[in-house]
Amino acid sequence: MTVGVLDNAHLNGGQQLAVKYFCVSIVLLVAQMLFGLLAGLQYLWPGFLYNILDFSVNRMVHINAMIVWMLYGFIGSIYWLLEDESGTTIVGLKLGNLSFWVLTGAVTLVVLVYLFIQSGAGHWTSLWFINEGREYIEAPRWADIGIVVCVLIFFFNVAATFMKGRWSGISGVLVLDLIALAGLYLAGMFYTTNISVDQYWWWWVIHLWVEATWEVLVGCIMAWGLIKTLGARRKIVTTWLYIEVALMFGSGILGLGHHYFWIGTPEYWLSIGGFFSALEPIPLVAMVVHAIYDSGTHRFKSTNHPALAWLIAHAFGNFLGAGVWGFMQTLPQINLYTHGTQWSASHGHLAFFGAYATINVAVFYLAIQKWRGNVWMGGDLPDKGRKWKWSLALQCIGMLGMTVALLISGYQQAFIERAQEGSSWYGYFLAQSHHWFVQGMVWRQIFGVVMVAGVALMIWDLLTIGKAETRVAAVPGGRDDSDEGDAMAAPATT
Amino acid sequence: MTMTPWWASESLWRKMAIWVTAFMAVVLIFLTFDTLAKIDVGSERVPAYSVINQRIHYKFDRQRNRQMPVIGSEAPLFGKALSEAEAEALVTLGKTTVQAKNCMNCHTLLGNGAYFAPDLTKAWLDRAWGSEAVRESLMLAFLQDPEGNARTFGTGRKMPNLGITEEEAKGIVAFLKWMSSIDTNGFPHNFKSIAQEETP
Repeated sequence: MTVGVLDNAHLNGGQQLAVKYFCVSIVLLVAQMLFGLLAGLQYLWPGFLYNILDFSVNRMVHINAMIVWMLYGFIGSIYWLLEDESGTTIVGLKLGNLSFWVLTGAVTLVVLVYLFIQSGAGHWTSLWFINEGREYIEAPRWADIGIVVCVLIFFFNVAATFMKGRWSGISGVLVLDLIALAGLYLAGMFYTTNISVDQYWWWWVIHLWVEATWEVLVGCIMAWGLIKTLGARRKIVTTWLYIEVALMFGSGILGLGHHYFWIGTPEYWLSIGGFFSALEPIPLVAMVVHAIYDSGTHRFKSTNHPALAWLIAHAFGNFLGAGVWGFMQTLPQINLYTHGTQWSASHGHLAFFGAYATINVAVFYLAIQKWRGNVWMGGDLPDKGRKWKWSLALQCIGMLGMTVALLISGYQQAFIERAQEGSSWYGYFLAQSHHWFVQGMVWRQIFGVVMVAGVALMIWDLLTIGKAETRVAAVPGGRDDSDEGDAMAAPATT
Repeated sequence: MTMTPWWASESLWRKMAIWVTAFMAVVLIFLTFDTLAKIDVGSERVPAYSVINQRIHYKFDRQRNRQMPVIGSEAPLFGKALSEAEAEALVTLGKTTVQAKNCMNCHTLLGNGAYFAPDLTKAWLDRAWGSEAVRESLMLAFLQDPEGNARTFGTGRKMPNLGITEEEAKGIVAFLKWMSSIDTNGFPHNFKSIAQEETP
């Protein structure tokens, strides 16, 4: 075991499985970037790749690659912390490996079919074997079934390992959340001609994943991450996690109603959805307070600077992207004008980045540190940490730039198409060709390139950080039910 | 170490997390039963598929202060009145085609989807089709040859050729006509339909 050398011997069984998920996750992240660039270019040059790789295909791969790379990141993150948190070895490592290869094979096949077959005839076989045609969950039905099987194997591994080892507050929340996460996917696995019923259940998957179960999942990863990077006290972190679960599910479950304003569902959803979704930013504020409080009490002394920086980016990004940008258009009084415009694209970009991309990247940095033999990743890196700092800055600037540019285009669209022109097709095109709308799209593309540069730099950094390093990281300790490693902290409760 | 105050205790918040989640889930399940009953096909909000046999237009409802779909006199699609089962089969073909052709990754339906092409919620009622007399045939022709019949309103954005057959095109038109009859609480706002009867 040598410090600075990439060696599986540095990792426990769950972690060896986790790094496989992380590698595929990064490949899919690259795919998301690439197809995002293509789709963005088609706004500027509509003839670009017309009838070859149309916008619908590029956009589908863009958003599907995103969902799947994030899920791979989450699965990897949980396998990463599994043995450490349970204090025992993983129960079904072979099964987990098999499921990894099956899932990855299925994902590859689905993407190839998206790209080369694209769409089929208006027959159920197309929905089973090519593309289900429902945004975010386009995966054909055969793949849905495969995903469910792989998720069940994953769930078995997680639950059985904790059962064999020991439970904690974090693992308890995690396992219950995974049941909900897996169960909700089933709500998207059926066909109905009634589009109101279709979209009713479709939002159960999309919203209750993204705005409820995923948020709680990252809450668990964040809690564990703060213990690892800062040596934060478990009792405090766990209490915060419970508070976040109460607030997140308390607001997010009925916050689902903000998707039920205009799809044919009854009027009472205007009040229920408006009220509860307006409360959704509160847990995100709590998360910011929690992260900053913990970082502050530890004076930002961490064993892994890039990971801590990305965790803090997560806290702010989640609040800003999911919280503020979501709140801006969540009340029906404004949503009537902004629903289905570039406002949503603006919110979607910042929210997914802020809430989920950031925390996955933080875990990638934790993983590479351990993979290289718990190498030094604090201050005073050989390149002064320039690569990770610049990649963080470029990604944040790129994403904020895209978000603001899309929002400006969204303003034009909402005002011209909806408010002025009465939502007609003519109004739609009038807004789309307005020079302010087009300017927004140009700037989105420019900032998209900045974002991609940041991602490229980050991948380079992940491949090289700690490579020639001989120092070992100062670890704040593993599991700390006691208050060890917390000498720096002087929280109000002590 | 001093005592942790009761409001910051781990066990209080654990109980809170469990009870709040359980309560909200129960409320959601209750509301789901109620909503599903109210959006069943043939309900007041979501008309039966055979609505495609009738004229659908839009009217401003003063009391509710919004545009409302109104089901009018007999106006069979493609000149042939369909039974409930036939209408369902045709709309189902249309919905399946809309999914199979991945329409939602350019267009929005009920406002959900992508923003590269116009919303389809009230596509049947859009004034872009000129008049009610030529609408059906224009829609069929467009869907089967979107490139040749493209109207890009100066944006240059054209729908790609998706190999939609005549039968599938008829299904899509039936689906769009049926969808335009759904009560969407006034979305999209201020919509002026091809068959507008009254303005505020």
